[in-house]
Amino acid sequence: MTDQMQSFANKLVVVQLLVLFFLSIAIHSACTDDNKRESDKQLEDKASAIGIATEIDTLTGMALDENFELVRANCITCHSAKLITQNRATREGWKGMLDWMRETQNLHDLGENEGPILDYLAKHYSPENKGRRANLEDIEWYELESE
Amino acid sequence: MVRRRKFIKKSVLTSITAAIGIPIVYGRFLRGEILPIGLENSQITLPGKSAELIVLNDRPINAETPPHLLNDKLTPNDLFFVRNNGLPPSRVDAENWTLTIGGESARAEKTFSIAELKSKFKTYSLDITLECGGNGRSEFNPPAKGNQWSTGAVGCAKWTGVRLSDVLMEVGVKEDAMYIGYYGADLHVSGDKTKNTISRGVPIKKALSNDSLIAWQMNGEDLPALNGYPLRLVFGGYPASCSGKWLNKIVIRNKVHDGAKMGGQSYRVPCKTVAPGEKVKDEDMCIIEEMPVKSLITYPKTGATIKANQKMPISGKAWTAAKKINKVEYSIDFGMNWKSCSLGAAANQFAWQQFDADVSFDKPGYYEVWARATDSNGKTQPIILPGWNPKGYLNNACHRIAVKVEA
Repeated sequence: MTDQMQSFANKLVVVQLLVLFFLSIAIHSACTDDNKRESDKQLEDKASAIGIATEIDTLTGMALDENFELVRANCITCHSAKLITQNRATREGWKGMLDWMRETQNLHDLGENEGPILDYLAKHYSPENKGRRANLEDIEWYELESE
Repeated sequence: MVRRRKFIKKSVLTSITAAIGIPIVYGRFLRGEILPIGLENSQITLPGKSAELIVLNDRPINAETPPHLLNDKLTPNDLFFVRNNGLPPSRVDAENWTLTIGGESARAEKTFSIAELKSKFKTYSLDITLECGGNGRSEFNPPAKGNQWSTGAVGCAKWTGVRLSDVLMEVGVKEDAMYIGYYGADLHVSGDKTKNTISRGVPIKKALSNDSLIAWQMNGEDLPALNGYPLRLVFGGYPASCSGKWLNKIVIRNKVHDGAKMGGQSYRVPCKTVAPGEKVKDEDMCIIEEMPVKSLITYPKTGATIKANQKMPISGKAWTAAKKINKVEYSIDFGMNWKSCSLGAAANQFAWQQFDADVSFDKPGYYEVWARATDSNGKTQPIILPGWNPKGYLNNACHRIAVKVEA
């Protein structure tokens, strides 16, 4: 890389930093305390629903562990982290999704990272047996006014 | 390793460090398409959409409508669900937008502007229910991959446009025509411009049916940006993925259309029913060409608490790919007894029908109100999950709301 290119690249990073800085401030100030509490609570509920005492990354909603950074860097550049956190599958099931993304969605070669990525997905987002119909859950009770 | 738990509370600077983790890659998301970048748990606002939609996925955008917000006769544009496979076109010039009709079974290739569609062909308005094939996926066990829709990937709107058949006949349809396929201007999530995001279609018989439309209006207004502005297809009774958005090309095919998400296991169910969790080969999967009978209780919202002497009105919507809904019933005792609801007529085929009832409860306790519809083919919604399928399509299990009756 020439010095000129390097300097240009540095400027780009600075611009990006600035954009993200202002964006963060905007988002930060847009969040009311109530929203924050609610969001934290939801994350904690999610963690306990997964059944593991896992810390959740507030930025992505994903479980934090040694392979988190790997999954973040390889998966959520193309699609939302929500696509991970809302799905449940066995290791084999997650492998099938990676294969599908490779075949049809331009997923790059994950190389030696594939194993740890699958470990992470199977550990934190494995299926639970819901039976043929689950109970109604998370009901917010309210008083219905008579008409 | 850096722990980022609750960093928003701690420090804005931390969030920058976090977001900048892979700076160069993020650069391409700074097109202003979807904000905020990677901040998955912050409030996401979708252009032209109510903040009350539940966002399942923001890249690509997928958002559903809570059942109690589907109580209107026609679903308002800002409450209509969004199921995007790719990124909507960022700049749309409706004046210069064109629709090209071609394909091996077209007698010619012709291109129309929207103004030409409006002036050359008669305009029709129809109330048509659109439902995503994967609506209800979240309930399947074992789970199926994809957006985990609850009940809200459905809506009914008044669509205004021209009959697809009028346009196809103007171009000329060869004897061997079997299917039509669409192409749209949305961009593949990978950003690869050579890849089609989704290119599905319907059998020629459905394409030539009088209620298949090329629409530019929804409920009397331009289509919302996320629902296909400026032009889309509308096919009632089929998975909504057939109703292509940001429509710019239709091909008349002499075989089943083979565009993106027509093959493999997409929008397909096992040709023969299978046990839950069974592996099914691609060649044993058949295209979904009919959405099942279904209903939703849209009033009251689940969680209603009432007094023992209080009657509770319920309302809802029922729809089917069949000619019409014949009957809607409700149960307050977990399916032991069913009572009839009053049922309104559909504005036209594929419009949903409203149902109402006044429910009374004898004694205090926890109740669930269940609703089930029966269509003119005699098919009724199941109480438990219908047949398991690998991709989690066609869940039409009866809708349930929770009610507490207090002394």
